[in-house]
Amino acid sequence: MKVPATGATGPVDTAPGDGDLGLFAALPATDAAAQERLHSRLVDGAQRDGLLDVAYRTLETPVGSLLLAATEEGLVRVAYDVQDHAAVLADLAERVSPRVLRAPDRLEPAVRQIEEYFEGRRTRFELALDLRLTKGFRREVITHLPDIGYGRTESYAQVAAAAGSPRAVRAVGTACATNPLPVVVPCHRVVRSDGSAGGYAGGAEAKLTLLSLEEAA
Amino acid sequence: MTLRPFEQIVTDHGPMVLRVCRAVVGPVDAEDAWSETFLAALKAYPRLPEDANVEAWLVTIAHRKAIDVARAGSRRPVAVAEVPEPAADSVTGGGAQEWERDGELWDALKALPQRQRAAVAYHYLAGLPYREIAGITGGSTDAARRAAADGIKSLRRSFPRRTEERGEKR
Repeated sequence: MKVPATGATGPVDTAPGDGDLGLFAALPATDAAAQERLHSRLVDGAQRDGLLDVAYRTLETPVGSLLLAATEEGLVRVAYDVQDHAAVLADLAERVSPRVLRAPDRLEPAVRQIEEYFEGRRTRFELALDLRLTKGFRREVITHLPDIGYGRTESYAQVAAAAGSPRAVRAVGTACATNPLPVVVPCHRVVRSDGSAGGYAGGAEAKLTLLSLEEAA
Repeated sequence: MTLRPFEQIVTDHGPMVLRVCRAVVGPVDAEDAWSETFLAALKAYPRLPEDANVEAWLVTIAHRKAIDVARAGSRRPVAVAEVPEPAADSVTGGGAQEWERDGELWDALKALPQRQRAAVAYHYLAGLPYREIAGITGGSTDAARRAAADGIKSLRRSFPRRTEERGEKR
């Protein structure tokens, strides 16, 4: 409290000062168990009333903590730690809906499949995807990426040609860099023509980890 | 500035709203009041002006929900126990104690007229200025200030020993 303790009878209309808070000092500042219980109840109510526009959770993986977010339509965002999860959630609030809640249940299928993928037991994702965060040519590229099979790679030029715009090599690079669903939509399988890995939203190391995981399996 | 993810609103203001609900409707009905408040807030959230005072907005909703919950409670044929069984909380440690303290404070608070209880809670627990409180409860800023002052005076009379004992600053 920055405000001096003017007290309940003070003339200035301010937040209360410390002088009168003694009465409430006995109250717990936080009550973790109750907050967690109430949070679950809120998520259940939101789900029931169709108010859970964006559900999210995080998942620890060999490439670090991944943020997973889903709308009622499907998985809408996967983000690496280096992409700043708080910033990604703020972006979702702005571009999809501010009704964003930590609600792990909706992400259950995605979590299971991503875990299977990192264990080398899954080569294809079978998840409902919500591609609303990508548009135009970028979306065409994103739609094409799952056609690059597990363990294989294509060059940016090959992807451009497959998308029907052979000269749009740089645009393919941008589409991959802004892929809203990395890992699940395999932009990591797009590499430089000379065979080197090239850039990646999750960092070069994450890209190499994914490529060598697929090579080894 | 655009609207923050609602999760942030729950994290930042959920504990304050729970304290307010406990003070206004008591520990038994507080969680119902909190749940209805945040579900209603979630529904209305996309239309909240970006420069709105989120605390005042939440307390406004909580005030209405508390009235609903209290009305529903008064229609109950048999009064429920004043302090709930702390069973669920005792497993996690501090919870039971917290409920007990809450119950003691509630014993003192529930002796106050509803208007004073609301003014005390909204000023001392939510930190709202009297002008905002008047907007929520109706009446003038001075009336809200008087209600809080009278409420605090009564609390100091009915709750003095405990207040002294628990005077240790956190």
